Amino acid sequence: MTAAARSTAHSIVEASPRVKAFAAAVVIFYALVTIAPMLWIVATAFKSQSDAIAYPPKVIFQPTLEGYVNLFTVRTRQTPDFIASLPPATTWYDKLVRKHDMVIAGPSKVMPRFINSLVIGFGSTFLAVLLGALAAYAFSRFRIPLADDLLFFILSTRMMPPVAVAIPIYLMYRQLNLTDTWTGMILLYTAVNVSLAVWLLKGFIDEIPREYEEAALVDGYTRLQALRKVVLPQAVTGIAATAIFCLIFSWNEYAFAVLLTSGDAQTMPPFIPFIIGEGGQDWPAVAAATTLFVIPIVLFTILLRRHLLRGITFGAVRK
Amino acid sequence: MANVALRHVSKRFGRVEAVRDLSLAINDGEFVVLLGPSGAGKTTTLRMISGLERPDAGAILIDGREVTQDPPGVRDIAFVFQQYSLYPHLSVYDNLAFPLRSPARRIPEPTIRKRVEQTAELLHITGKLGNRATRLSGGEMQRVAIGRALVRDPAIHLMDEPLSSVDAKLRAELRLELKRIQVELGATILYVTHDQVEAMTMASRIGVIKDGELLQLGTPREIYENPSSRYVASRLGTPQINFLPASLVPEIAMPAGAETVGIRTEHLMIAAANGGGIIGRVHRVEHLGDQNHVYLEYRGETLVTLADAHQPLQAGQDVELKLVHPLYFDAAGRRIAAAVH
Ligand SMILES: Nc1ncnc2c1ncn2[C@@H]1O[C@H](COP(=O)(O)OP(=O)(O)O)[C@@H](O)[C@H]1O
Ligand SMILES: [Mg+2]
Repeated sequence: MTAAARSTAHSIVEASPRVKAFAAAVVIFYALVTIAPMLWIVATAFKSQSDAIAYPPKVIFQPTLEGYVNLFTVRTRQTPDFIASLPPATTWYDKLVRKHDMVIAGPSKVMPRFINSLVIGFGSTFLAVLLGALAAYAFSRFRIPLADDLLFFILSTRMMPPVAVAIPIYLMYRQLNLTDTWTGMILLYTAVNVSLAVWLLKGFIDEIPREYEEAALVDGYTRLQALRKVVLPQAVTGIAATAIFCLIFSWNEYAFAVLLTSGDAQTMPPFIPFIIGEGGQDWPAVAAATTLFVIPIVLFTILLRRHLLRGITFGAVRK
Repeated sequence: MANVALRHVSKRFGRVEAVRDLSLAINDGEFVVLLGPSGAGKTTTLRMISGLERPDAGAILIDGREVTQDPPGVRDIAFVFQQYSLYPHLSVYDNLAFPLRSPARRIPEPTIRKRVEQTAELLHITGKLGNRATRLSGGEMQRVAIGRALVRDPAIHLMDEPLSSVDAKLRAELRLELKRIQVELGATILYVTHDQVEAMTMASRIGVIKDGELLQLGTPREIYENPSSRYVASRLGTPQINFLPASLVPEIAMPAGAETVGIRTEHLMIAAANGGGIIGRVHRVEHLGDQNHVYLEYRGETLVTLADAHQPLQAGQDVELKLVHPLYFDAAGRRIAAAVH
């Protein structure tokens, strides 16, 4: 330990302790700056409506679950007399709502919207990575006529902002009855993501020596079996990185979601601003929705982090 | 185990003729070594036998059955690659079991376990079965790579320079072991290398290959003693065979058409200069211990040979050179049989 520490002090390749400390300080400062708004949102979700808009902003406050209750329920305003005539509230959230002269009329649409986001986000990510891996493998291993032109074409689909084709897609989807459906949204996000997936994964698969699959072929495996048992496990870094990029895009996508979903298949991004409009500016509820919205991406990233750390240096796979 | 035959097999990659009209028959239980420099077409030959590459012309037969168009998986072949022979994401055990677990083979797991353990024992890697494949020394990796082939009992084992990446000491050790195992199992092996020692020590028969052509095929002894050409003669023997233009040694009787004389160490006797005969000068003497490397100058040419360590030779000294049954080659480098001695 001490020997190692001493040797790094004079090492050319490794930074000196002072430089390292400075680098750490910069990273920590940057992390705080980026995480602070997120923490503020998480905190706001636990504030009362008046605390949420208090000026100067309140850092210390009495936490309440009103924001979450408001997010998950639809409420109606009633006269105090009517509320008094009701049988006593049985649940904690009933009590919370009645304090503001309201009663719960039913669940809000947040859960169906959240489920839409999960299905569309993860569904399109899975498809994009699957199709991307197969296409990338083919481009990497087989002699494909016009391979370079095809690859460029695939990349070129990313050069235009997707919204530029919003109108034609909207008309096409209406014709095909794909508006406001899971299938439609999954297809759309898959189509947008697959080009990125092909390019990213091709880089990773190119790095895996062919001999590995060839050994499997000689041993009696079929090409698909070799792909699954030999190539994909070694491309796991690339797959993890690609999956996260794809998920982040489809999870956050707003423009198409506004245009093409309004009810059954509406995802969280167009739904969240909708919450603001319902009964004044309910910032705690919006903050609660945002918190809920961020959780899956955070979990997914933490889950894949082990693979991601190596994968983010594109294609730099250990040989 | 089986007989494997190549009949007039050719393969080109664009302009490069990687393998040219190659015919070769490997008998059941034989250890055939293809010896040739880098780029000779050795790997291409193995890839065609395994089915990873289709020949442009010719046929490949396994036990008399033509397999030229068959996919690799149905040919029942084991292949040890020159590089990248172990799966880095699997343990040593799973690497060894991988060929047996092929869905086409459907071997029950207990049988696989037994085979893997037997193979590990054969190669002295039993203690390493639980390791990640990447946590092995070079020698252990090579053993596991060879083990991946030996774990099955295929028609033929193809080995592409499996020892080229290990150090000299280990190579010598593994050479011996591989030969022992081959004899023990009665396995049929086609082994390619650029290392003449590997070829000489392990082969039942050696095929010398250059620029995609099989130049000569025979037992190590035949190839060494009766090379068919200058090139084959130069591939075997240390120090390398010396070539002298025939015109420089008019003193000796040569068969008609001989243009070059090939002189190996054992063809050259060094005696104290005695007035007559072929006189050369000792240029340098290297002591190897039991023997000496002797560099001789003879009419502007350098000859390298071995001499007994006790023979008193000094740099600058003139010596008489006696040629004993050297090899003769014509202008095209083909061997000419010597006249009766
Ligand atoms: N896939 C390929 N594409 C183009 N040329 C190749 C290919 N494989 C081999 N070659 C060429 O064929 C010749 C023989 O190669 P190879 O069989 O690998 O030789 P060796 O294994 O004896 O070193 C070399 O000139 C090599 O460059
Ligand atoms: Mg080779």
